[in-house]
Amino acid sequence: MHMLEVKDVHKSYGNLEVLKGISFTMEKGETKVIIGTSGTGKSTLLYCINQLNPPDKGEVWLDGEEITNPETDINKIRQKIGFVFQEFNLFNHLTALRNVSIGLEKVKGMDKEKAQERAMAELTRVGLKEQVQQYPAQLSGGQKQRVGIARALAMDPMIILFDEPTSALDPELIGDVLDVMKALAGSVAMLVVTHEMGFARNVADEIIFMEGGIIVESGPPKQMFQYPKKPRTKEFLGKISTLYGKE
Amino acid sequence: MDSLPSLLDGLSITLLLTFISLTIGLVIGVALALGRVYGNKIISSVCIGYIEVIRGTPLLVQLFILYFGLPSVGIILTPLSAALLGLSLNSGAYQAEYLRGSIQSIPSGQMIAARTLGMNRLQSIQNIILPQALRISIPAWSNELIYLLKYTSIAYIIQVRELTAEGKFIAADTFRFIEIFVIIAVIYLALTVLLTAIIDKIEKRLSIPGIGAAESIALRNA
Repeated sequence: MHMLEVKDVHKSYGNLEVLKGISFTMEKGETKVIIGTSGTGKSTLLYCINQLNPPDKGEVWLDGEEITNPETDINKIRQKIGFVFQEFNLFNHLTALRNVSIGLEKVKGMDKEKAQERAMAELTRVGLKEQVQQYPAQLSGGQKQRVGIARALAMDPMIILFDEPTSALDPELIGDVLDVMKALAGSVAMLVVTHEMGFARNVADEIIFMEGGIIVESGPPKQMFQYPKKPRTKEFLGKISTLYGKE
Repeated sequence: MDSLPSLLDGLSITLLLTFISLTIGLVIGVALALGRVYGNKIISSVCIGYIEVIRGTPLLVQLFILYFGLPSVGIILTPLSAALLGLSLNSGAYQAEYLRGSIQSIPSGQMIAARTLGMNRLQSIQNIILPQALRISIPAWSNELIYLLKYTSIAYIIQVRELTAEGKFIAADTFRFIEIFVIIAVIYLALTVLLTAIIDKIEKRLSIPGIGAAESIALRNA
């Protein structure tokens, strides 16, 4: 049994079929990076996995449960699936600490003190010990994103989905966020949509190249970068490496 | 000077009408705004219908219906309870619209993030959406308080002895119309100034960097 299994997932918006049958699996602690041009359904796929935007066809299984089944308690399942947004989506009226602790309190039913203790530990882990009492508007983009990661981590998810976590950041702030993600690799499964090729090359166990709503090719970074099987993969990686630089 | 006790009586009725109606109106307003934004088609239409009927008809007519109309179907209200009911129902519709604006100004990512944590819809609204929307609504809400304070004078027409009514009685007894009504006007004005100052204080106390009015204050001072 795989930890996560995505089986033939289809999703359309009106007449536009964004996902045309996506299948892959993930194991505990694995890091997979999804790359591909914009508008190719990468984010849609993430939202199909946590059922915020359920697929039209196909199945998603997590930890032996079919979560695409309408009978499953999706709120329970979502606790196991962390999500980190491109636009952070921190709760604007809560301090960094409360952003991280509120899920523990309201969803996991932890008491306030315990939840804040845990939140403190997670924020320390992402290097924000000094910022715990700050509100989102008082944090830099990089700090906001690290709060976002701490918020996801605090729930003890089996997997965290990252939707272009560094795309809204100033270049000099990207490093801090990527460092936190690198440090996490192995301890929790991560499925990361990103254009950061350095991260993909060094951290990913597997790279998935998507285009036109299908997976064109997937494989370990070395194979994908050095011996891509499909000409389209080679072309894309060549282009993106010039754009974002090789590491 | 002899008229002071009755003016104070009137004043206390005015304040009672204002604060009770504002509070009940807030409860109604929250329910209507949530129903309108998050309810299914039926609930949302009912809420819109209510809001439109109340906002589309004069407060005075609403009070007449409650006070003079309801007895014909066997419901007899005292002047004070008719006024309280009418003002609360009326204020609820207006407060619902202020709050709806605030709810709709909150970025959709807030709800999405709450749901990804595993909160259900109700928990998300309660813990994430409402605390922000209510803060954003404070300036509009302060307006509503001031309107309401003065609208309570309409209750005099259905025999409620609030501030304006007491003034009218005293003036009719003494024929000192100018003095009495200037005093009444000054009392309303003083109350308005005082209440505005209090709400400003509350707003500052509840303010959070980056949310609503607090943000514009911070920018102005920058």
